[in-house]
Amino acid sequence: MSTFKMAVIGEEDLIRGFGLLGLELFPVVSGQEARDLLFELKDDRNYGVIFITESIAQGFTGEIEEWGSRPLPCITYIPGVAGSEGYAAERIRRIVEKAVGVDILKGKEVGKK
Amino acid sequence: MEIRVNPTRMELTRLKKRLAMAVRGHKLLKDKLDELMKNFFDLVEENQHLRSEVEANLATALGGFALARAVISRSVLEAAIFTSRGDAALQAETTSKMGVEVPVFRLAMTPALGNGFGMTETSAAFDEAIDFLANSFQAMVELAQVEKTVELMAAEIERTRRRVNALEYVLIPQLRAEIKYITMKLDENERANLTRLMKVKDIVRNR
Repeated sequence: MSTFKMAVIGEEDLIRGFGLLGLELFPVVSGQEARDLLFELKDDRNYGVIFITESIAQGFTGEIEEWGSRPLPCITYIPGVAGSEGYAAERIRRIVEKAVGVDILKGKEVGKK
Repeated sequence: MEIRVNPTRMELTRLKKRLAMAVRGHKLLKDKLDELMKNFFDLVEENQHLRSEVEANLATALGGFALARAVISRSVLEAAIFTSRGDAALQAETTSKMGVEVPVFRLAMTPALGNGFGMTETSAAFDEAIDFLANSFQAMVELAQVEKTVELMAAEIERTRRRVNALEYVLIPQLRAEIKYITMKLDENERANLTRLMKVKDIVRNR
């Protein structure tokens, strides 16, 4: 067991609350900025979990999914400015589809508007 | 498909051994795949639950912060957040779950978030939002873990299935074909030999 840091990437107003929990905040304004940041953080082995808001991650969800083959860090979506936009559900759906070959989650959407 | 093997008895025994091995491997891999699938579906379900829980909680918490932000000035809010900074520590290790390296998290949080700010400057909504966030954070970390596990399991399932299919549809049929080819060839040789002997016998007898 070793100790890891946790990071939150997103719009400043949204993520500020997580500072209270002792997470590291990375306020960004643009998707590009977030992408570069995430690129750095994922290779920095100090981070165990990286939360990123959906609204900021929407431009590069594909890349995030490509990095999924390593056990750490976990990159997890949290709802963004517009609430949950279903990216997380979409990601799981794609993963399941890839593994099983069929979309078993169809009609069982969670967190999708 | 072209068959390139020496039609000898030795080759035949060798191929038969390989076939037996391939069939066994196929069975084992298929069992593994079934087991992985079973686990996978449970995980996916768990993930769905956690995800909806976390999203609902976060919506409330973040809404609370937005509300607080409307009442409290930015500097006060920042000061409040700064003074009551908690120290959630994440313990993580990877364990092997069915041959897949998955992360396991343990969250160590300071039991009560010492509210280092006054009663008067910040609103009740702010306090509530903080409590809410702290309470749902455990679920968030769990979600991260489950989501990652699902992802890694999916990759493993895909890999295993590919291997099962390769064995089932390529290697095993090929070995069967080769074995059949050798058996036929050997039988053919046998018959050829027999006829030759009979012919020779005829010639000898007619002399």
